[in-house]
Amino acid sequence: MALYNSNRGGIIQIIIGVIFVILIGQLISLQVVSNKYKLAADNNAIFRKIIYPDRGIIYDRKKRALLENTISYDLVVIPNEAKGVDTNTLCEILKIDKEEYKKRMIEVIIKNSRVKAGTFEPFLTPELYAQLTENLYRFPGFSLSERSIRNYPYNTAAHVLGYVAEVDVNFLQKHEEEGYEMGDYAGMTGLEKQYESILMGQRGVKRYLRDNKGRIQGAYEKGEFDTLAIAGKNLFTSMDVEVQQLAEKLLQNKVGSAVAINPKTGGVIAMASSPGYNPNLLTGSQRRKTIGRLLLDTARPIYNRAIKGQYPPGSTFKPLGAIIALDEGLITPSYGYNCFGAYGACGDPRKCEHHNAGHAANLQLALANSCNSYFLHVFRMAIDNPKYKNAKTGYLKWKDYMNSFGFGRKLGVDLPSENKANIPDTAKYNKDFGNPRYWNSCYMLTLGIGQDRMTATPLQLANSMAFIANDGYYYTPHFVDSIEDESEQDAAMLEKFRTKQKVTKIPSSIFKVIKEGMHDVTVYGTAAFIKVPGHEYCAKTGTAQNPHGKNHSLFVCFAPKDNPKIAVAVIVENAGYGATWAGPIATLMMEKYLNDTLTPESTLKAETLSQVDLMPQAIKDWYVRNNKSAYLTPLEYNNDELSDVWDMEMLASDAIPARIPKDTIKKDTNTKSALPTAPTALPKTNKDSAVLNNKKKIIKNKVVNQKKPAIKKKTTLKNVNQL
Amino acid sequence: MSTSSNQNNFSKGTDLAVIILYMIMVTIGVLCIYMVEYNPNTSWSTSFITAKTNYSKQFYFAIFCSFIGIFILLMDSKVFTALANILYAGGILLMLATFVLGKNINGSKSWIPIAGGFNLQPAELCKIFTALFLAKFISKPETDFTKLKSHLIAGGMIALPAVLSIMQHELGLALVYSAFLFAMYREGLPAAILVIGLSFAVLVIAALLLEPTVLAIILTVIASLIILSMIKRFKRNKNTILVVIGIWAICFGTVRFVVPYIFNNVLECYQSTRIYSMVGKEYDCGMNIKAAASMAVGKKSIKPDDYNVKQSKIAIGSGGFWGRGFLKGTQTRGKYVPAQHTDFIFTSLGEAFGFVGTFTFLALYLFFLFRLIRIAERQRSTFSRVYAYSVVGIFLFHIAVNISMTIGLFPVVGIPLPLISYGGSSLLTFTALIFILLRLDADRQMVLR
Repeated sequence: MALYNSNRGGIIQIIIGVIFVILIGQLISLQVVSNKYKLAADNNAIFRKIIYPDRGIIYDRKKRALLENTISYDLVVIPNEAKGVDTNTLCEILKIDKEEYKKRMIEVIIKNSRVKAGTFEPFLTPELYAQLTENLYRFPGFSLSERSIRNYPYNTAAHVLGYVAEVDVNFLQKHEEEGYEMGDYAGMTGLEKQYESILMGQRGVKRYLRDNKGRIQGAYEKGEFDTLAIAGKNLFTSMDVEVQQLAEKLLQNKVGSAVAINPKTGGVIAMASSPGYNPNLLTGSQRRKTIGRLLLDTARPIYNRAIKGQYPPGSTFKPLGAIIALDEGLITPSYGYNCFGAYGACGDPRKCEHHNAGHAANLQLALANSCNSYFLHVFRMAIDNPKYKNAKTGYLKWKDYMNSFGFGRKLGVDLPSENKANIPDTAKYNKDFGNPRYWNSCYMLTLGIGQDRMTATPLQLANSMAFIANDGYYYTPHFVDSIEDESEQDAAMLEKFRTKQKVTKIPSSIFKVIKEGMHDVTVYGTAAFIKVPGHEYCAKTGTAQNPHGKNHSLFVCFAPKDNPKIAVAVIVENAGYGATWAGPIATLMMEKYLNDTLTPESTLKAETLSQVDLMPQAIKDWYVRNNKSAYLTPLEYNNDELSDVWDMEMLASDAIPARIPKDTIKKDTNTKSALPTAPTALPKTNKDSAVLNNKKKIIKNKVVNQKKPAIKKKTTLKNVNQL
Repeated sequence: MSTSSNQNNFSKGTDLAVIILYMIMVTIGVLCIYMVEYNPNTSWSTSFITAKTNYSKQFYFAIFCSFIGIFILLMDSKVFTALANILYAGGILLMLATFVLGKNINGSKSWIPIAGGFNLQPAELCKIFTALFLAKFISKPETDFTKLKSHLIAGGMIALPAVLSIMQHELGLALVYSAFLFAMYREGLPAAILVIGLSFAVLVIAALLLEPTVLAIILTVIASLIILSMIKRFKRNKNTILVVIGIWAICFGTVRFVVPYIFNNVLECYQSTRIYSMVGKEYDCGMNIKAAASMAVGKKSIKPDDYNVKQSKIAIGSGGFWGRGFLKGTQTRGKYVPAQHTDFIFTSLGEAFGFVGTFTFLALYLFFLFRLIRIAERQRSTFSRVYAYSVVGIFLFHIAVNISMTIGLFPVVGIPLPLISYGGSSLLTFTALIFILLRLDADRQMVLR
């Protein structure tokens, strides 16, 4: 019987063989043919942790850190281990209720699962940190984790330095190839953005093994595939933190901007835009609270007016108009114009501030007195230049000059989103006037005094001063002078800032004349009452009409006259005369830079000036309407006393008639308490007496070079008031 | 008898190759469990002494099992024939006892707790007893295994523990009993029964794969073709046409009613899902009566998924050709494969040693099975041969099903990999199976009844 079925043993062996062949076939397809399982395994088990290097530090010209890194702490929790937590105490410390505690716990679980650490409270304040470390033993599962955040030790240059923020989906799409991930931080504005690739350094990647619950099991392959993080490089800028702080302080309670450039290098010494904000408000825990408000603020504190604001240059354009005319050979330095207080050659008379004969007897005088008629006339000469066949060609030539001076185009400063402002295109006028044949210099007459459609950014104005100061060339304005451990690539990046921009062939003799004229402005001209102690300087005032209310106050200057080291442009919006508001700000900045300090009188002047409130009423109304307080607008001073000082000073200088409207000084004491005290606010105690004590000195110090007639406000004359 | 002197010297006549293969397998098993449990922070030597880890436990199990093996080799072969009936009866009683004494482990109530924190799974032991009992039955002189009656009796003997296992929610263990078909086939079970069984399996799979209407049309077309091609024979014998129509009706009924009934009413939701997912289809648990019942009670029916198989395939597939190296498998280190030290132990081997490793391992096992068949064929007594083929069948079934389920060829059923998977009961069962065979083989000259 045993032999009867013996062939069946063989059949069974065959069946077994077939089964094994099937198994091996499937193993071949899994292990040999397909490689997707290897990838799937890596996806499962390898956790890539990105090691963030320290961001580069930004220094000023004296190697003071404007922007550095500091450690902040987050309270993190592993939900699974958070058992037996003293929730009462924790809620008390964090000032949250139990509901909020539960809500946050659930959020952490959703984001990071139960077994991984998730952030419970980010960016602890030092007080919270201290309280939590003391009590941490009561909160099992909770721990404090370090993170590096940006810190601005001088609370200054917010617009220039910019800020970092968590990247969003848009950013990730734009920078797909650069290895950013959700949750990363990147520079969003200012130098932080412009030099992101240098500041960020190189991120390292560590690979860890992770188990089925996402817990780290140790390094993958003993760290063989890990890359090291390389710290970001430091930037050395041309900024001077003290000048910057002064500029910001002087612009407090005003809307405007100030830019100072070193003409010898093109390095920007200071760039302020007001209203601004304390840059530390956009780091760490502050950010969440602040950013929304800053964005919504009607005064636009985030907006960098120095490179984005477009202002009619007004009379500050006049030196450039003169340069064009001189270079074209249309006038000589001795060319005079007989102005009797208005320019009437184009129909409606354009008003000039001066009536006395001979105030424009030559170029120097015309510049010093800022004679409107003279420069309107000179502008018309340039447009109607007989050398060119028609006004349009003349205009194009004039526009070429302007562009080469740096107007109507981007200068290429190392900040993102610079505005090119506007030197109008011929197309604009073609549209206005129809056929080019009907072009006439009269139609665009006020371009000659920096009005009409011409606009410029404060940076462009400062750059034009550097251009004049250098006798016809400039370096592209920039902040970063050098990069730590500069590589060839870095050097190539900075190359354009180290190249002399000499785009015109205007002889230096012409600049000599212009400089003399601008010097005269400060000796007996419109800015005669403003001095820079120890230095002769050249300047031009401007009071630009604009469609948004009161005239803008402008001031451009450079100093010292014979070896210019600093060129400045200041604009105070809707403030009035150039010499009254922008002038002192610019000269104080120059004094600070050139002398490294301010004289006591200047210090007092700076204090008083910083507290003058020139905020447009519309903005104030907005704050009241929205029940908000403005940023950095301390208004802690005695109204009457200050306005007295100011008025007396003005009267003593005799440059400005008693026309300074009282309403520029804030009278409403009720709103004072609602406004926060900014870091730069004066200590109130000895201020009042100091003001009084110095009153006399100020009056004594005023040097009056030229008497000017009082200016009467004539609303019937619809045109430009130039000072 | 002349061979009785051998009984004192257990090494004489025992098959050394099988013993060596057995030792290699057990060693591989302990190493595989070590890979699964490996933790770089703990020293393996201390954990061996404290016996807190599974690999150290398995190591001690192995030592214990060697003693059992030696003990078996020292026994008299006649003991197994003499005790076969009693052991089977005792095994069945133990299985029944689990319904009273049973302890719930991983959802199956098939364990009896014994002293020292160890648990005994009678269903495992019952495999040995059934093998002995079946061998005893077939080897009885009065049994004529060419008769259907004998087939039915043998089938009933196998079916009893299988049904009890199903009642204990151990579907995998129940399926193992089908392995005895090998032995029965060898002893004369008509091949037709196996062919019909296989055809039936194909029909069931087709029922899962195809739309019922499409399948009905196909069946009808096949039936009509058969009738047309055999039309002359039908004229001679009218009954054959009735047979064909009858078969058609049975097939149709199976596809239309029996298969859906089994999947919806008999099987648990997760079992149906696993089987459906094997053929690449999704099973709607809403159709399952048991799932609906537990939903009605308010229990949340656990959403079944193929996570196990997916992770298991990733682990084996990521091994590639050469493997990732001993202790370097990320799937294993990260504990991504559930039940990796027991039913999915093959994955740690596949990941660490790749195709080279799995191929070598299967070759080793194939050699082992062929060696057992050779032993089986050289037996003089029917008892020994039937028992030997039972052992072959049980091993083959375990290996094939276990590896198939880890590489996605078979639904996940709880079946350990013999000698490799962690587990004292299972190691003991396989040890006993082999060493009883070796004992019988040593006395192969003797005719046992």
